[in-house]
Amino acid sequence: MTVVEYSAAASIEEAVSLLLSSDIPAKVLAGGTDLIIQSAGLDPIKVVDIKNIDSMMGATIDGDGLTLGPSMPCAELYSRDDVKALFPGLVEAAYLIGSTQVQGRCSVGGNLCNSSPAADTIPALIANAAQCVIQGPGGERTVAVEDFVTGVGRNCMAKGELLTALRLAKPAAGTSDAYLRFIPRTEMDIAVAGAGVSVTLDGAGTCTAARVSIGAVAPTALLIPEAADALIGSKLDEAALDKAAAASLAASSPITDRRGTVEFRKHVVGVLTKRAATIAAQRARGE
Amino acid sequence: MSEAKDYKYVGTRRVRPDGYDKVTGRANYGADLTLPGMIWGRILRSPHAHAKIKGINTSKAEAHPGVSAVVTFQDFPEKSQGSPLAQNILANEKALYHGHAIAAVAAKTVQIAEEALGLIEVDYEVLTPVMDLDTAMADGATLINENLKTVGLPEPATEASNIAARQELKIGDIDAGFAEADVILEREYSTPTVHQGYIEPHACTVRYDENGQSMVWCCTQGHFDVRASTANLLGMELGKLKVVASEIGGGFGGKTTIYLEPVALMLSKKSGNPVKIVMDRDEVFKASGPGAATKSWIKIGAKKDGTFTAMQAKMAFEAGAFPGSPVGPGTMTVFAPYDVANAKVEGFDVLVNKPKVAAYRAPGAPQAEFASEMLINELAEKLGMDMIDIRLKNAAREGTQALYGPKFREIGFIECLEQCKASEHYQNAVAEGNGRGVGAGFWFNIGGVSSAVIHMNPDGTATLLEGSPDIGGSRASMQSMAAEELGIAPERIKPIVADTEMVAHNDTTGGSRTTFATGMAVIEAAQDVVRQFKERAASTWNVTPEQVEWADGVARNTAGDGEMTCQEICASAGRTGGQITGRGNINARGAGPSFSVHIADVAVDKDTGKVDVVRYTASQDAGRAIHPSYVEGQIQGGSVQGIGWALNEEYIYSDDGLLENPGFLDYRIPLASDLPMIDPIVVEVPNPFHPYGVRGVGEANIIPPLATVATAVGNAIGRPMPDLPCSPPRVLKAIQEG
Amino acid sequence: MAKVHVSTSVNGEPTEFLCEPHDTLLDVLRNELNMTGTKEGCGSGDCGACSVTVNDRLVCSCLVLGAEAEGKEIGTVEGIGNNDSLHVIQEKFLEHAALQCGICTPGLIVSTKALLEENPSPTEEEARYYLAGNLCRCTGYDKIIRAVMDAAESMRGAA
Repeated sequence: MTVVEYSAAASIEEAVSLLLSSDIPAKVLAGGTDLIIQSAGLDPIKVVDIKNIDSMMGATIDGDGLTLGPSMPCAELYSRDDVKALFPGLVEAAYLIGSTQVQGRCSVGGNLCNSSPAADTIPALIANAAQCVIQGPGGERTVAVEDFVTGVGRNCMAKGELLTALRLAKPAAGTSDAYLRFIPRTEMDIAVAGAGVSVTLDGAGTCTAARVSIGAVAPTALLIPEAADALIGSKLDEAALDKAAAASLAASSPITDRRGTVEFRKHVVGVLTKRAATIAAQRARGE
Repeated sequence: MSEAKDYKYVGTRRVRPDGYDKVTGRANYGADLTLPGMIWGRILRSPHAHAKIKGINTSKAEAHPGVSAVVTFQDFPEKSQGSPLAQNILANEKALYHGHAIAAVAAKTVQIAEEALGLIEVDYEVLTPVMDLDTAMADGATLINENLKTVGLPEPATEASNIAARQELKIGDIDAGFAEADVILEREYSTPTVHQGYIEPHACTVRYDENGQSMVWCCTQGHFDVRASTANLLGMELGKLKVVASEIGGGFGGKTTIYLEPVALMLSKKSGNPVKIVMDRDEVFKASGPGAATKSWIKIGAKKDGTFTAMQAKMAFEAGAFPGSPVGPGTMTVFAPYDVANAKVEGFDVLVNKPKVAAYRAPGAPQAEFASEMLINELAEKLGMDMIDIRLKNAAREGTQALYGPKFREIGFIECLEQCKASEHYQNAVAEGNGRGVGAGFWFNIGGVSSAVIHMNPDGTATLLEGSPDIGGSRASMQSMAAEELGIAPERIKPIVADTEMVAHNDTTGGSRTTFATGMAVIEAAQDVVRQFKERAASTWNVTPEQVEWADGVARNTAGDGEMTCQEICASAGRTGGQITGRGNINARGAGPSFSVHIADVAVDKDTGKVDVVRYTASQDAGRAIHPSYVEGQIQGGSVQGIGWALNEEYIYSDDGLLENPGFLDYRIPLASDLPMIDPIVVEVPNPFHPYGVRGVGEANIIPPLATVATAVGNAIGRPMPDLPCSPPRVLKAIQEG
Repeated sequence: MAKVHVSTSVNGEPTEFLCEPHDTLLDVLRNELNMTGTKEGCGSGDCGACSVTVNDRLVCSCLVLGAEAEGKEIGTVEGIGNNDSLHVIQEKFLEHAALQCGICTPGLIVSTKALLEENPSPTEEEARYYLAGNLCRCTGYDKIIRAVMDAAESMRGAA
């Protein structure tokens, strides 16, 4: 792709109209950290920069929870203590993408719309049951985040549609989350496997609700109800954690590539599920 | 000359003279020059690892608006077309690796040049790629070069082969040596294709001129060799091609040959415009010269007390698509740190469908010594000996006959071992659950041809021209040495990396030769200046030059009264016989070998196989550290490159022979966050052949980390790690199989 | 394809340029504005040699389109000290010999400045992680980290 036309939209309506009216493929330009690299070939594309739209760039917390502007740079997101207090796992995921420089541009919405199997924020969003608000020529619709990505680099958005917000309901009392990924180095790499876990604990420390999601081990990040079921009703003891890990491992269908082998990814996604659940539980207990 | 002595400037930590330009962004590197009328070159590269080129049609590309020139292999002068260098720069009848250059275009913009590359039609017949040593060496293997016959066999080869050469080194009686042994261990080892990973891609800007004023500006470790190779391929006289070495953004051996310069000159000649070509990072990985992948088999026999009785090795090195792997230095260095009476080493240079390998910091030695050092650690464990003690028991010292030929003069291996043993790091036990490793390294170092000129200016300042590209601070060491000899403040001496028209030929910056050999040329030039200072002062005072003493930048009349400062002599030089210039044109002999010993502690995540280097100590014999900070920097930098080699770095190819990780994302070099501080120990056992005792320090440091780290990992998990890299999937597999 | 006209500010100087829609900010700095202090090592955001700030936020200029600079404030290495008065970070890099070949140095200077503006008292670990996106192949990072920690201390002392 080669960018042959650049437009900066001032409003969501303008962005939708620019995307819809283009006679060559049009792409939304958020942080550009994936898009600009993908622009290496020669096929012409148009880009619509949506960073001048205030609602795309901010994050607000109210009684219902978090409304996240999809294009807010990750570096800005993880400097927000209020967001971190509610969703430490999501913030952790945002902190893991690329370098400090990349985090200055990349965004949770961009990470989601790029729809890579290895995206760090998607398992964290799934663990938190995020809802995707999509504006298009036909108006607004809302999609559960686990249904947003439909394949490697593919998602449910049609021509002219724009992801305008991510909504995360305020976590119930005794709830917290965690996201872990495995990479060969300490930074900079793409996830070889990832796991996002949210758990709710009652006063006795029993898990009453959980969501487990795994990344980089299937064409899309997956919600693993069997792993959640293994945790619910337990006190997150070793046996329950092992069962959850086994469920993640069983649900995964990774490939062997330059980043890891099938066997390695399967094993590690289990390890990460267990570790992420442990951290989420510690946070839920306020430790 | 070499006894310990206090110097005024040598051995001090001064701010480097080129530092200001480098911290402010003003220094100009390979891609930073733009000339009036300049156009941009881009290169079409093979999408196949091995393919016959049946035809190339460039007519559509030539007709594309904005395109000024297109070149292919056929544009080389006919007499150069047999040259493997030419065939690597642009493919002839076959594409021999993924990324092999096929054709080049020069156009008004990079974008137009890219478009034109897409219009070049190449008719390929895809052949089976030969991607590893076992496949390449197997009977009936697909041949990469149908005319290649193995040299160095006991009987002359009759059949074509992918094995370009065999070589052997022997000392003593290997069978008798093993017969004397109480313990014999043997094991196979492997190392992957790696890349030097310099951050600056190859780049050049050139201008071809029919009237003999052609110019190449490029990032290189040796602009005189760029001139020689380029002029030779294009049939030009040396005097008609000026090569200017830009600042160089890392090389590590990878910028000792040419890829772009002749192509750019041919494009410039055809188009009549200056041409700039800058490689993408992807092209650097695919088509510059990586470090060779290897397989080694090592066998060592020892007495119960640890004394080695026999050492044997058989090693195969991947050369890439053309002969010329560093198997030679590999065979010479594999057992060089040790005094052993019986040894035998056999080495093979093997073609595969990968880019032609280039030098990489102590070329051949890290791969070879990885294997031998690993087995020595295993032997120590078997004998219940300390890893440093077993080396001390067998260490080469002054008078030891080296397997590769010479008897060592004064060397600092034992000092490196002893200082590591005494270090606080080694004296403290490794933390519970972690693993520790030790490894040693030997590198010859080289001398060679260097030229330097010092012009004294009328105000007493000096302009120092030397011809070695400054790859890591050598201007600073040249400045210190010149200041020491001249007795004037270093700030009054401006060291310049001169282009090919300003000084005589200099060998390429490599082999850790610059501070040693070019340093000696600078010292000689400075002594030539001092000689003239004495003559001028003598003529002023009507005494003989022998009656003049030179110290601290002042001439003193020992036969009477009188002092003349450097400034006074220079200010009056026009009247006393003309301006003063000193010359040093030498072929430096006696580069002292450098030894290096490292210690690593690692933690391993037993659930994922991930390795964390938690503590690292690196010793090396520098002979004499001219600038201690940059000596430490060489030790630390080489250590970390070696750590990367040990842990994560490797070329990953698909079954079709396509490189799958041509970028810094998946070719994983160490990051700041991956590492602890690297504690350097600078050992100084002076080299008797250098006025200040200098030994080159650029290379020996990359050798030990491979075995040091892999041994530490093996000790942490209780399984040997004979195959590099110790990447998480491989470490986890070893844990699970344990 | 129509060129884009951009009005921006580079190191505090109002600057205008024309660029192709596909030109990155790095292309524009180096080839249009002749500011070659910002280096290209990879073109994919993996090496940090092209680090600049856009509205005070650290980014890789190879991952920003030139057109996006409209109305922004760009900061490059050329805006940080000069030979007559180096920034303390630059002084500390020289004093600690925190560079060998120097190609990563401009990016590291820009990144270190951003680090110390965000966090004047980083721990060694925080500095190492913040700078993980600035690859250096020569030094093994030891002297760089020492220079950064020393610069932080000096800047705290001066503040």
